[in-house]
Amino acid sequence: MSTKAERGRLAVRKTYKLFIGGAFPRSESGRTYPVNDAKGRFLANVSQASRKDARDAVSAARKAFGGWSGRTPYNRGQILYRVAEMLEGRHAQFVDELRAAGLGRNAASDEVDAAVDRWVWYAGWADKLAAVAGSANPVAGPFFNVSTPEPTGVVAVVAPDSPLLGLVSVIAPVIVSGNTCVVVASEPAPLPAVTLAEVLATSDLPGGVVNILTGRRAELAPWLASHRDVNALDLAGIPADEAGPLEEAAAGNLKRVLRPAAVDWTADPGIGRMTAFQETKTVWHPVGV
Amino acid sequence: MNFDYAPAPESASIVDIRPSYGLFVDGEFTDPAEGRSFKTVNPATEEVLAEVAEAGAEDVNRAVAAARAAYDNVWGPMPGRERAKYLYRIARLIQERSRELAVLESIDNGKPIRESRDVDLPLVAAHFFYHAGWADKLAYAGFGPDPRPLGVAAQVIPWNFPLLMLAWKIAPALACGNTVVLKPAETTPLTALVFAEICQQADLPKGVVNIVTGAGETGRLLVEHDGVDKVAFTGSTEVGKQIARSVAGTRKKLTLELGGKAANVVFDDAPLDQAVEGVVNGIFFNQGHVCCAGSRLLVQESIAEELLDRLKARMATLRVGDPLDKNTDIGAINSAAQLEKIRMLSEIGEREGARRWSPPCELPQRGYWFAPTLFTGVAQSHRIAREEIFGPVLSVLTFRTPDEAVAKANNTPYGLSAGIWTEKGSRILWMAERLRAGVVWANTFNKFDPTSPFGGYKESGFGREGGRHGLEAYLNV
Repeated sequence: MSTKAERGRLAVRKTYKLFIGGAFPRSESGRTYPVNDAKGRFLANVSQASRKDARDAVSAARKAFGGWSGRTPYNRGQILYRVAEMLEGRHAQFVDELRAAGLGRNAASDEVDAAVDRWVWYAGWADKLAAVAGSANPVAGPFFNVSTPEPTGVVAVVAPDSPLLGLVSVIAPVIVSGNTCVVVASEPAPLPAVTLAEVLATSDLPGGVVNILTGRRAELAPWLASHRDVNALDLAGIPADEAGPLEEAAAGNLKRVLRPAAVDWTADPGIGRMTAFQETKTVWHPVGV
Repeated sequence: MNFDYAPAPESASIVDIRPSYGLFVDGEFTDPAEGRSFKTVNPATEEVLAEVAEAGAEDVNRAVAAARAAYDNVWGPMPGRERAKYLYRIARLIQERSRELAVLESIDNGKPIRESRDVDLPLVAAHFFYHAGWADKLAYAGFGPDPRPLGVAAQVIPWNFPLLMLAWKIAPALACGNTVVLKPAETTPLTALVFAEICQQADLPKGVVNIVTGAGETGRLLVEHDGVDKVAFTGSTEVGKQIARSVAGTRKKLTLELGGKAANVVFDDAPLDQAVEGVVNGIFFNQGHVCCAGSRLLVQESIAEELLDRLKARMATLRVGDPLDKNTDIGAINSAAQLEKIRMLSEIGEREGARRWSPPCELPQRGYWFAPTLFTGVAQSHRIAREEIFGPVLSVLTFRTPDEAVAKANNTPYGLSAGIWTEKGSRILWMAERLRAGVVWANTFNKFDPTSPFGGYKESGFGREGGRHGLEAYLNV
């Protein structure tokens, strides 16, 4: 992507691969698809993930769930903040990739700023969500009764086409509470997602907590929607009129589904994307000598 | 075979103590207007560590004015997400310099390095991290959609956890959008002054944090200053009452975290070894210089003898000595004055008829030291059962029924904390419902976390620090 070649040195280009279980494999299918910039110039061949890749990603996410959800909220918050630090360090690279995707220089820079700040915002929720979403319940009897939110499990996320801000705005709220996820990146603009994977891989985030697939949404989303070991589905990147069949497939094991909606990714996100992927656990205990 | 511990001192080379320190006002270290200073001493050696500026009226005026300007022009109008990033920076800088700060804390305060390194500093950093995250989420804290800061906060903190108490004061104040003038205790000002340096390293806008060193008079000038909107004090109940009187009739919001005389209640079904560890931690942690210390052991009569035997055996293994030694359990008493108070109350305990016991314990020749001490045969009327000793002195009382345990535990003007030791969950909750204390620990003791509100009932003060509830102290709600 660099233009250093113009200054007499040929740039070394990056191979854009998948991110599964903390590693960067190519698609087992051997397929790629070309990604062009906004002016139609070739940027890269990106892995086109298959059903098998999606299943591998779900396995990796499931394997990572116990450890990640078992971390203290403070520890998850520390790791997510570390991700923000690493994001900031890649600022220039993300700006390049967003400009290639068609944003102007200032707009690209603003979007990276917003993405870093969004990540910081979510990092701070790790040790606060339970205090806001949980409760001590004054039941009419001699019982201690408390409700706490807990992560639902493995979440499949179809990312929106906002290639960085939208992407971090759907990943961070899922993992901050202890879920793990399989993300299908924006189909037309997947490059920032792969760079984000490199950030995640160098941020003390355990492998498998976030898995990122590039490829065809229409091919991958149905497999994830029907996968029996996926607990929830975020359809952010699916057009509203295409959500029905995916919701129907998700009903097979009663996945929690977050339907697609028109979202202004620059607005205050609220806590809805976090609570959508939480279970509420209520504990009763008798009080008495 | 000899199982003695070899000395394992932590190196002090990591700290660089300057011969003298100025006041931190408006982002810079400055000399006090009247040129007065005082000495801070290493309580383990009685050596003078540094000369520290004593802030007078003019200095306090200047600090409050700097805080006001910073509040009006910079910190108040700043979006929460930007304040958050400053606080995250501070948290990271504290983590990066945590060993240095831990060693300095042990040198200035006398607490064992094991505690400053493994308890104080991790909690300090965590407190800033936690509150950094609140700065841009105040709308979710349950105080309405747009809770506002108060303005300038005057904060006076004690010497028992110097940097941790600074964190408990400054982190929530800044997160909520206030600016601060903080006075550290006169015997432990050094880590607060390194914190001032950290504020500089973080490029925190000038005037947001001001640190004025001095003794009681400086504190009085600060909390009585017309230019402050909020007063937060941690220290003795006696001074707390003076402050409450002095802010009466003003607009100032007040929170107080004061003394305690916590009961640690051990029932006959408690896991005894675990309870002994908890009792020891409850009273001997930080030389007993802990407002929430479990200074009254209430043990069920049927197991009193066995528990005391085990407790004495455990106390005999406590190592008293060099705070910088990594094997030390009990460090130095913070000051000559505090040592005198502990001695005086202990002598009164004997005079009033309680039985005093300490394990054989060799104390260093220089410095301020007090052996871990146990009183049995203590009556509720004894001064050692009623007054906060703030030292490594445990008063043991007994009870027969849960009702009696509750009555005795609550028989105090204080209400900061309490402990319960029993295997029966329903009894824990039954006790917790009845204990008039702000923090109740069950089968554990002296646990702290930035997410967990801390503070007292009754004459242990009002307001909470930590958690969602702690934000209220710094918001106009």
